[in-house]
Amino acid sequence: MYKNLKKVHSEPYPGHRLFLILLGLFLFVSSVKAGSNDQEEGGRFNPGEMIMHHITDSHVWHLWDGEHGTIFLPVIVYSKERGFDIFSSHRFYDEHHNLVSYDGYTLEHEHIVLEGGSHVYDFSITKNTLWLFITALTVFFVFFSVARGFKKNEGRAPKGIQSFFEPFVIYFRDEVIKANIGSGYEKYVPYILTLFFFILFGNLFGLLPGAANLTGNIAVTSTLAFFTFLITNFSGNKNYWKHIFWTPGVPLPLRLIILPVEIIGMFTKPFALLIRLFVAITAGHVVILSLISMAFIFQSWAVGFGSTILVVFISLIEVLVAAIQAYVFTIFTAVYIGMATEDEH
Amino acid sequence: MGAGIGAGLAAIGAGIGIGRIGGSAMEAMARQPEAAGKIQTAMLIIAALVEVIALFGVIINFLISLG
Repeated sequence: MYKNLKKVHSEPYPGHRLFLILLGLFLFVSSVKAGSNDQEEGGRFNPGEMIMHHITDSHVWHLWDGEHGTIFLPVIVYSKERGFDIFSSHRFYDEHHNLVSYDGYTLEHEHIVLEGGSHVYDFSITKNTLWLFITALTVFFVFFSVARGFKKNEGRAPKGIQSFFEPFVIYFRDEVIKANIGSGYEKYVPYILTLFFFILFGNLFGLLPGAANLTGNIAVTSTLAFFTFLITNFSGNKNYWKHIFWTPGVPLPLRLIILPVEIIGMFTKPFALLIRLFVAITAGHVVILSLISMAFIFQSWAVGFGSTILVVFISLIEVLVAAIQAYVFTIFTAVYIGMATEDEH
Repeated sequence: MGAGIGAGLAAIGAGIGIGRIGGSAMEAMARQPEAAGKIQTAMLIIAALVEVIALFGVIINFLISLG
């Protein structure tokens, strides 16, 4: 009766094919990152500048050195003097890649300044903005497919991309959102799920070579934390506000002491969220880039080999960190919303 | 030099913190092997939280070293 069993290719350990593919991918990624040569200041490699260039935002998308290796993103500026101006950031560079001034605008340290010093509102599509759109579109398309699959396979087993994401969605709905918020949790499920998958995809995209450090940008994490702050405080019920401003069950002098502490606590909770995500992702990138720089500082093949292997392992850890930080942000959001909508106890 | 010393101290902090978490997790898993999965998940999450604090130190020292 065992003759009909299909013989599987011998498996040294489960998932060995996927692991080898990922390992190969990361080795390739590391060699590509190491290959892209950065400006040598006066002949010496400057790791600090290379690292800052990789983790900060930029008006151009530099893929590789060479004629067509840079994608010049559009610059959209508004100033009271000149109104709206839209042009390609190519105009900021001449043939030798030096910065020139165009039409009175100059790029100084990635900030656009206008002759005469009046304030310029920069709405350009920078590298981070572009990757924000890419991440948002990816989340959009993936979950539209999942939703469509869910509707089509009503009552049957899930297929395709739906079968990959549906367990995560169900896990979040039950273990994270329902467990922390309790009754009335349905209202918050869309926001919290979107938050998790947006941060997860943003973190993972940031690890790709040539991509922008999206979730390591403090403006992006501030916005996410601000949304959490808004949603938490707008869904706060009477008990929540009573606990903050006029804590029940404590004597009067203590209430006056608790009041400023609670008000500050209202702001430190989302602040901690934003700092945690920003630091975790940016520091991860800095560590990886520093290890890659080691090969260039020592100018040695042996160090290059060793650092590539180290970078592969740290990159795998960074993938784990990407997932964990997204999960931590999400579960703290769920906990704060739960605390805000708690019933009298 | 200050940046170097700072980075080292941050690493010590991370090492102590995560070491303690790992230690308690090992102990708990040894006492109750059935709960090993849950303990491992909780350990990873808390390790990420502690690590972020150490990474604060790394970033600040890095920025100091850049001048």
